[in-house]
Amino acid sequence: MIEFRGVTKQFPDGTVAVEGVDIVIPPRKTTVLVGSSGSGKTTLLRMINRMVDPTEGRVLIDGTDVATREPVALRRSIGYVMQNSGLLPHRKVIDNVATVPLLRGTGKREAYARALELLDTVGLDRSLADRYPSQLSGGQQQRVGVARGLAVDPNILLMDEPFGAVDPIVRSELQQELLRLQGELGKTVVFVTHDIDEAFLLGDQVVIMQQGGKISQAASPVEILANPADDFVADFVGADRGKRALHVTEVGGRKIVVDADGRPAGILAS
Amino acid sequence: MNWLWSNLDRVGELMLVHLALSVPAIILSFVVSVPLGWLAHRYRWSRGVLLSICALLYAIPSLALFIALPALTGFGLRSPVNLVIALTLYGIAVIVRTAADAFDSVEADVRQSATAMGFAASGRFWGVELPLAGPVLLSGLRVVIVSTVSLATVGAVIGVQSLGSLFTDGFQRGIQVEIIVGIVATILLALVLDWIAVFAGRLLMPWSRQRTGRARANSAEPVTEADPA
Amino acid sequence: MNLLLEAVAWIADPAHWSGAGSIPQRIWEHVWVSAVVLLIACAIALPLGAIIGHTGRGREVAVMVSGGLRALPTLGVLTLFGIWVGIGLTAPIIALVILAIPPLLAGAYAGFESVDRRTIDAARAMGMRESQIVGKVETPLGMPIIVGGIRSATLQIIATATLAAYIADDGLGRFIFEGLKTRDYAEMLGGSLLVIALALVVDGGFAIAQRLVVPAGVQATRTGGLRAGPVRSRAAVGEPITEGNHK
Repeated sequence: MIEFRGVTKQFPDGTVAVEGVDIVIPPRKTTVLVGSSGSGKTTLLRMINRMVDPTEGRVLIDGTDVATREPVALRRSIGYVMQNSGLLPHRKVIDNVATVPLLRGTGKREAYARALELLDTVGLDRSLADRYPSQLSGGQQQRVGVARGLAVDPNILLMDEPFGAVDPIVRSELQQELLRLQGELGKTVVFVTHDIDEAFLLGDQVVIMQQGGKISQAASPVEILANPADDFVADFVGADRGKRALHVTEVGGRKIVVDADGRPAGILAS
Repeated sequence: MNWLWSNLDRVGELMLVHLALSVPAIILSFVVSVPLGWLAHRYRWSRGVLLSICALLYAIPSLALFIALPALTGFGLRSPVNLVIALTLYGIAVIVRTAADAFDSVEADVRQSATAMGFAASGRFWGVELPLAGPVLLSGLRVVIVSTVSLATVGAVIGVQSLGSLFTDGFQRGIQVEIIVGIVATILLALVLDWIAVFAGRLLMPWSRQRTGRARANSAEPVTEADPA
Repeated sequence: MNLLLEAVAWIADPAHWSGAGSIPQRIWEHVWVSAVVLLIACAIALPLGAIIGHTGRGREVAVMVSGGLRALPTLGVLTLFGIWVGIGLTAPIIALVILAIPPLLAGAYAGFESVDRRTIDAARAMGMRESQIVGKVETPLGMPIIVGGIRSATLQIIATATLAAYIADDGLGRFIFEGLKTRDYAEMLGGSLLVIALALVVDGGFAIAQRLVVPAGVQATRTGGLRAGPVRSRAAVGEPITEGNHK
């Protein structure tokens, strides 16, 4: 379990990225932080592994304040996947995946064997192990990034817009893959995105953040749609328009579901 | 300091001689390099050849070039022409590469939209490519100004008069002040010429002033360059 | 052409290949002094450049210092130290070290700066220590540019070491100054050709080294690998290197 208690982050240049955040991130679930750019979602994420330290408040992992943990050791115990994969361009796929275990002192043979298994886990062919990141497609690079994040079998996996830079088809593939993985592994996943559809698809809990780093609402997708906390949330999730404002019309005796623009979304199954 | 006051005339005279050596070399190398750089930018095959020649030229120690050049050109060893040719060659070695990069840096979009607007090839060069390559060309020119002014002093050891004569004379007669005056005068000269180049650049390229961020990236750090001594 | 032939004949003359002040001895002196100077200058400039490049602190100062040092006329620095320290090897070595620092420093910090910030961020997020980021990420990725700086500095040292024969009895430059004194153009030219040959051989060696240090994964990105030529003018232009690597 990860807890934020009264967390505020003000950067040296005066900008307040996160303000007075209190939130509990439940274990073994996926929590998605969603908001437009400048809403402080990435800053919030990076406070979990001390890439950023809060100016006020505390961040706790299973009851322990992360400020008491040595940053390097803390980061090695938490998986991290970022946009553009963040792979080391001068190391082969297999070396990239094995980086953190090797940093933690795992034997070479064991680290590489585990890295190969992880390639299977994320759906990559083992023949790619000896390629360099630049020789992979964007989607493959992201898969390697996920494998690297899982390398030390961490309880917590932080994902910072991991699918932001790939095309829509590959993104949807990767999203399904993540759902499958999460079903198997049950990690505590904290996922940052600016795409509300992605948030609703992946999140058990969705945290909607607004400009200035404040939380507008944190709840399950269903709850948010049913009871948006305020106008900002309603507007952000588009509850009253477009493809979320669905209604039923009858055509030839069958019930067709259409969106706000009248485009068909599907058929109501009895 | 007494030495300076009693030798002010001589220092002034050597400064003029120094200018007469370095300014023609700077201008010549710039004028020759811009078309060569454009060639290297435009045609892939010429790029490798031109840049390799420049790299080789650049690797040749200056004193050795000063001495070897007369064997090829027929000018006397102590002829200022010999020195100007050598300095020009070094200048070319530096600017051609920069010029090729400068033309590369003109965005393809801009170039294509110029063509689409109906610029002919020559008009496009003078009206679009050259001005837009200007800031990077200027940064190359500035590197050459500093290195040429500094290099010209080396000619003193083979008997070509310049501010470098203050070094050889001061060394032989053991006059420290003379050498220091020579160093300061050389640096001052380089700074003044550099300032003139920057000023001329602002007059000719008023648009580059607004893009301070980019202009900084282009011109503020001509530092990796080593002078061939 | 006649002059060139005479110079070649001077080089080939067996009398110049043995005894005091022979060609092999001068080459050895030249190489030895250059190597010592390079080592000292590297020991000073590379760690400094690494710190500046890694932290981003002191960058303005470094640009100014290395830019300022570049304007120093080498002959002036040599003769000044010649007067201060006296005839011998100490003066040219000090002067050569000072003159070699700017390209080394610039190459080192430009090399470190050229590494994609996102790659460094990812390395830190994975739990690499700062020292590991420097050693395992920034150094290998910045190496081509760092070696470019070393290449520039080495050429500069070899060239200036020739000039240093003006104040010290050392290196291939002696042939040039002896020839100047006795008006023996064949000797001067012969000495010059030897210096040129030495410089080109060393430069060629560095050109190869520069290709070898391009990390394989980075090389794979660019068709034909990194450009063959020395990186210095590209670094002089500043922008292309950093931008190119961020794509």
